[in-house]
Formats: sequence, C-alpha cells, structure tokens
Amino acid sequence: MSIAIPRENYLNTTTGVMSWLLTKDHKRIALLYLITVTLMFFLGGVAITIVRLNLMTPDGTLVSADTYNKLFTMHGVIMVFFFLVPVVPTVLGNFMLPLMIGAKDLAFPRLNLASWYLFVLGGVWSLYAMLAGGLDTGWTFYTPYTTSSSHSNVIPALIGIVIVGFSSILTGLNFIVTVHRLRAPGLTWWRLPIFVWTIYATSFMFILALPTLTMALILEIVERLWGIGIFDPALGGDPLLFQHLFWFYSHPAVYIMILPGMGIVSEVIPCFSRKNLYGYTFVALSSFGIATLSFLVWAHHMFVAGISLYAAMIFSFLSYLVAVPSAIKVFNWTATLYKGSISFEAPMLYALGFVCLFTAGGLTGLFLACLGMDMHVHDTYFIVAHFHFIMVGGMVMAYMSGLHYWWPKMTGRMYSEWWSKLSAIIIFIGFFLTFVPQFIVGYAGMPRRYNHYPPEFQVWNVMSSAGASILGVGYILPLCYLTLSFWYGKPAGPNPWRATGLEWQTPSPPPTENFEVTPVVVRGPYEYHVEKAQNEV
Amino acid sequence: MFAQVIWFPSQASTTAARVDQLLYLLTTVCGIVGLGVAVVLIYFSVRYRRRRNTPTPAEMRGNTPLELTWTITPMLIFIVFFVLGAIVYFDAYRPPDDATEIYVVAKQWMWKVQHPEGQREINELHVPVGQSFKLMLTSEDVIHSFFVPAFRVHEDVLPGRYSSVWFKATQPGQYHLFCSQYCGTNHAGMVGTVTVMEPADYERWLHLNAEGSMALEGRKVFLKYRCISCHSADENARAPVLEDLYMRPVHLRDGATVIADDDYIRESIYDPGKKIVLGWDNLMPTFRGQVSPEEINQLIAYLKSLHRGETPQRVEEFTPPVATPPINTK
Repeated sequence: MSIAIPRENYLNTTTGVMSWLLTKDHKRIALLYLITVTLMFFLGGVAITIVRLNLMTPDGTLVSADTYNKLFTMHGVIMVFFFLVPVVPTVLGNFMLPLMIGAKDLAFPRLNLASWYLFVLGGVWSLYAMLAGGLDTGWTFYTPYTTSSSHSNVIPALIGIVIVGFSSILTGLNFIVTVHRLRAPGLTWWRLPIFVWTIYATSFMFILALPTLTMALILEIVERLWGIGIFDPALGGDPLLFQHLFWFYSHPAVYIMILPGMGIVSEVIPCFSRKNLYGYTFVALSSFGIATLSFLVWAHHMFVAGISLYAAMIFSFLSYLVAVPSAIKVFNWTATLYKGSISFEAPMLYALGFVCLFTAGGLTGLFLACLGMDMHVHDTYFIVAHFHFIMVGGMVMAYMSGLHYWWPKMTGRMYSEWWSKLSAIIIFIGFFLTFVPQFIVGYAGMPRRYNHYPPEFQVWNVMSSAGASILGVGYILPLCYLTLSFWYGKPAGPNPWRATGLEWQTPSPPPTENFEVTPVVVRGPYEYHVEKAQNEV
Repeated sequence: MFAQVIWFPSQASTTAARVDQLLYLLTTVCGIVGLGVAVVLIYFSVRYRRRRNTPTPAEMRGNTPLELTWTITPMLIFIVFFVLGAIVYFDAYRPPDDATEIYVVAKQWMWKVQHPEGQREINELHVPVGQSFKLMLTSEDVIHSFFVPAFRVHEDVLPGRYSSVWFKATQPGQYHLFCSQYCGTNHAGMVGTVTVMEPADYERWLHLNAEGSMALEGRKVFLKYRCISCHSADENARAPVLEDLYMRPVHLRDGATVIADDDYIRESIYDPGKKIVLGWDNLMPTFRGQVSPEEINQLIAYLKSLHRGETPQRVEEFTPPVATPPINTK
C-alpha cells in the first residue's frame, strides 16, 4: 500500500493569501507563527554573529561600542521576547494542542488569529525601533540607565514588547480554556500527554507573570516620558524596584521557555524507546511544582545588587528547591530508556541532546544558586554560558526535537533522514564548543556585555566564536532540508513513528476539522506495550 | 599567537580561596552526577538499541520509593550546597570591626576612590596586604558593579544609596577592576587596576602627595557650604548638633527613630525634608547639585571624627541665609 498525501487537507482546502491571513484554523495560524518566529530567530542570530566576530580580538574594533551594545541588546530582545518565549506554545502548541486532545480547534479561534496579529504588530514595531536608531539597554532594561541615561529608541521598543506580551497572555488564556473545555470523550486529566500538561502550566505562567512585565515596562515609559520618579533615585524613585518587577516575570519566563521543551521530550523519548513514560504522575506534577516555585525565586538575579543578606538566603534556598522537580524529570526520562527498544531518528537525537545539555545547564544552575559562588560569577560569562545551556542547549534542542517529531504531521511529508541526523550532531558539538569556553572565561572574571577585554581572555573567546560558526551551520541546515521537504519530501502517512498520541490518529496533514469522527480515548498517552495503540488510525 | 591564556583567576584575597573551595566541591559533585547521567544515557542507548528481533518492551510503571529516593537525595545535597554557600556569602558582606572604610564613587565611566588618609585615585585602588577594607560604594548616575575577580569581590553600585563589601588582600600584585553591570557606551572601558602592596610600600604611597585626611577635607566642605551657620552647636543654632552623631539613633518628628548612617547623612543633605529631627523645623534647603557625592563622603568622614565640643566656631562674616526663618524657640 503506497502512502499518499490526503487529497483534501488543511493546507489546500482554500487557497490564496487572504485564506491564510484571515484563517481561523489553528494549524494555519501555527504555520504563520512558524514563519514569523523563524525569521526572528535568524535575525537574532545575525546580531550575535557580529557580536562574536567582534569578540575575536581583545580590542574589539569591528564595530563601535555603541553598535556593539545595540547588537547584543537586539540579540537578547529578539531571542527572548520574540523567539524563546513564544516559539513552542505558538507553533507546536497551537498546532498540536487541539490534535492531542481530540478537538476541532482551540476554544477561541478568532482570538488565536488576533494573537498572531498582535505578535506581528509588536514584532515589527520593536524591530523597527531596534533597526532604525537602535536600542542599547540590554534585554533587561535596568533602571535608571534605561529611563534616564540611554539615548536610544527606548520607548518604541518597549511598546512593541508590551504588545507582544498581550499576544502571549491571550494565547495562554486560549490554551487554558481549550484544555478545560475541549478534551475528547474519555480523555481524563491523567490521560493527558505531558506536552499538554506543560503547555497548560505554561499558559498559567503567561497569565500570572506577564502582566507584571507589562506594568514594569509601562512604568519605565512613564518615567522616561514625563520624568515621574518611579525608578530613578534622582527623581525620588527606587532603582531596585524595577529589578524586582522585571525578574518577577523574567524568572518564570525561563520556565515558560523550558517547560514546553520538557513536554516535547516527554513525548519523544517514550515514542522512540517504545515504552510508557516512566513516572508519568511525577513528571506531570513536577511541571506544576516548577511553575509554582518559579514565582518565588526571582531575587536570585540580585544577590549582589544590594538586597538584604537574609532575603538573599531565602531566595538561594528556594532556588535550590526549584531544581528538584527538574532533577526528577531528568531521572524519569533516563529511566524511560531502561529496557526499551531504542531507535535514533532525528527527533530522538535532539531529545537525547536536550537531556544532556539541560542536565549540564541545570547543574551549573546549582553553582549560581550557591550564594558564595554567585557572588563571584554574577554578570560574568559564566552566567551567559549557564543560561545558554538552558535556553539554547535545552530549549532550542527540545524545539528542534518537537519540530522534527511533528513535521510529518504538520506537512504530511518526511525530511531527509541523513541530513536531519547530521544537523542534530553538528548542533550538539557546535553548542559545546561555543559555550564551554564561556564557563572558563567567566570564572576567570570576564564580565558580560564587554566589547573589548584584557588579552588573556582572547583564546576562550576565539574558541567560542569558532564553535558558534559550527552552531550556525547546524541551524541553517534544518532551515534548508525542512523547507525543501515541504514540497519534495516523501509522503509520511498518518503515523510514521507508530506513536500512540491522538494527533497520530488522523491523516497527515490533517483535514481542517482535524478528525473525521471525534475520537474516544480509552487509555493513557504512552501505552506503547499495547499493540493496538499504535495502529488505530 | 596569543599573549597569555588564563585558566583560573588569581587568588588574592581571603575570600578567594573560600569561593574556589565551593567551586571545587560543586564541580566534583555536579561533575559526578552529570557524567553519571551521561554514562547511563549512553549505556541504555547502546544496550537497549532496537535490533531486528527486539520484542515490544513490557510496560513499566513508576516506582514510588525510587521516585522518592531521587527526589529527596538531591534535596539533601542541595541543602549542603546552600548552607556552605550562604556562609561564604555572609562572611563576604559582613566586614570585621577593624576594617578601614574606603569610599568609591562610580560614574559613567570611571571609578573615583577616596582613602580616609586623604589619597584620591581614579580607576585605581591601592591597598596593602593583610589589612581589611570595607568599600562604601555609591554611584552618581546609573547602576554599576564593583568587581575584582582576583578578590572574588562583587557588589552593585547604586545611585542614591550606599552599598558595601569588604576584602582582605593576601597577594601583592596588580589585578583587574571591572564594572560588571552594563552602564552604557563605554561599559567595557570602565575598568581599573587594583594594586596590592606590601604594608611598608603602602605607607610610603599613602603619604605621597596627600593633601589632608578625608575628615579634614570634610571640615573644609562643612565650612565652604556654610553648614556652620545653622549647625553651630551654640544658642543660635537653627539645626541639630552634629557632634557624636555618626551611627547614633536619631529621633524624628514623626515618631520614628533612625540610625545616623551614611545613607541617612547623605539623604539629609540631598533631601532634608524627608526625615526631620524631633524638635526642629524643616528649614534646610537641598544641596543636591551643589555638594558632589565625593564631598558628601568627605562630610561623612568629618562627622565620624566630630566629637563633643569640636564644632568649629561660627565665623561671623558669613551672612546667614537670606530668608532666615524664625529661630526655633526650643
């Protein structure tokens, strides 16, 4: 029996640009997001390429100091606010959530489209501000520098980020209602795939944490525009207040980024080892453990900022506590492999890469939660290396894993197996070469955000830049072979991985209404030992 | 091709060795765990790779005792890390009583240092080995961060208040001073050199071209801005007596009590209306924009040295402020 692309699917039911720009189909909106965030990712990548080139020599004369500051700000702002935070919820979450719970669409399809328009509006706005004139505050917008000292396009850029925040808040709201209201018959809470659990937990964090950032940024705009003293001590404000507000969002944001990644890996590892996820309940609950505790650790970004020693102590303790649920997950993923039947397609390679890099990132996080260590490495390249391990080594690897896992479902076609495995390995190696030297140079004392530095740091910076060039190749490859496969890939069939999730029980690509008949769920999400679970189509 | 390679920062303070011990401990424990996870991952991947005749694996539900083991064990290890880290941190921010106070004013993009003996430096800091120094840090504009990797000393420098950190140098030599909190265009240029000297060399250096002690300079400032016309400590005084004030409790008109520390003195000069001493009226104009942060530091040094009966005589040729308010009758 030859596999063919279904004659009518969500990609070809209607045609024309307007049928995409005005679509209410969550799958099409997910593809719109995919194009937008991919563009953002490569823009952020271009900015950091110049930064890394500039750091090849100690005197850093490739670009001026101001340009350098604008470039790393652009890299940070784009990658955090326009890529890492939204990417998994809006692309994979948007596409997969309804399919995984057997729904026809999200609860509010129009709101979903509106979220994308807000995202584009905010994105274009901020990008314009950062390209025309630039923004030199760093992605953290610390006061009073941002409100009183910077001469760059602060207000327009902040407005753009505020707008994008609303896009995420609305998406979170949409997901929560969808998970509550639109599950297929028989799909009880304890039968939900972990990916759905993590997206659900993330959505709560969007709704609870993002408004704080929105308020903090609006207060900055107010202070900068009208000179009302909120953060600047010269006007009677408190400079640390901003840091508290900012990290109250931005620390949970780290988990907003990583939680959905953990969800992806919890789907992929069982599938490619043909086993149920070990400790399903612990993994599901640890997601909520992480989501809750992540709200209580924000001041660990401020251990040397002049906060009280006792406050620092409490936040250090809580930071250690939040590491526990992450450790639980790592152990459970590893245990899932035990006595499995493991194969190594691209999604699995990325997922295993994720486990390694996330573990390394998590373990170095223990160094930073340790007050006596953080006091030395705070604001050095040690920090930079640590959070790139979590966000790039962890989060981006997981996203790549999910993208490769669900790509056949999204497009109905397979990508080149050889190239996809190669790029997974290149990314893994390039990543290590880029960021391990940064740990060393960070402990040796090199501060972040320096465009020139003492010559004894050069070797490590050259190594890091060399690794980054390998990493860059690793990211460009998937862009090429995935794009090509969209038109030229072999038809994948409804369930190429013989996976158990509901999303695989409908043709690839799915019809607009997702399922011809609403599925009825009779078992848990990862019952790979039940032969029937993989063959129901 | 490369001038030098640095693997590890120099250990030049009493704190440095302790921070490095934390690093060794954490690296060892986390290294073992990390490698362990990697080895198990690789072993499982090889051992349980799919072969032609691999049967469908059996179902394996979780095991609660095992889950609890790998929940509680990390937690116990983390508590050890936490306690050890907290001890080092506490010690690094609580100066010993005999620490000498050095004032550091940061601004875009330079470090200005004032020694109590009167020496002043820019982008340099000279200290002897074996003596404890408490740094009193403040900024004129945005947030900076005082970072000496060789000392493992790190503290943000905030505008509008003092923050502090201390160290005791152990190795003579020259070390980097970095600003580690992003502060604008020339952030990377806001660097300096810390020179650690033998005590004898330091004594010699201290008396090179020093004009007068910081307290003496503070006295000049006190007279220059005519603080004396109100804070005169005599029957014509329009403002509180400042003798023996430093670090003493001050009773305020709103019923609160504050300690007259550096932050309080600074605020009372820049924002005199904020905390009004019990029994006095709010007469004092702000000196924000007139008295520089360094002069504030000198005034503080002067007040530290000002004891009972030492307020200078009011010099009568100073005319009192133009709109002299009625003298407080109390």
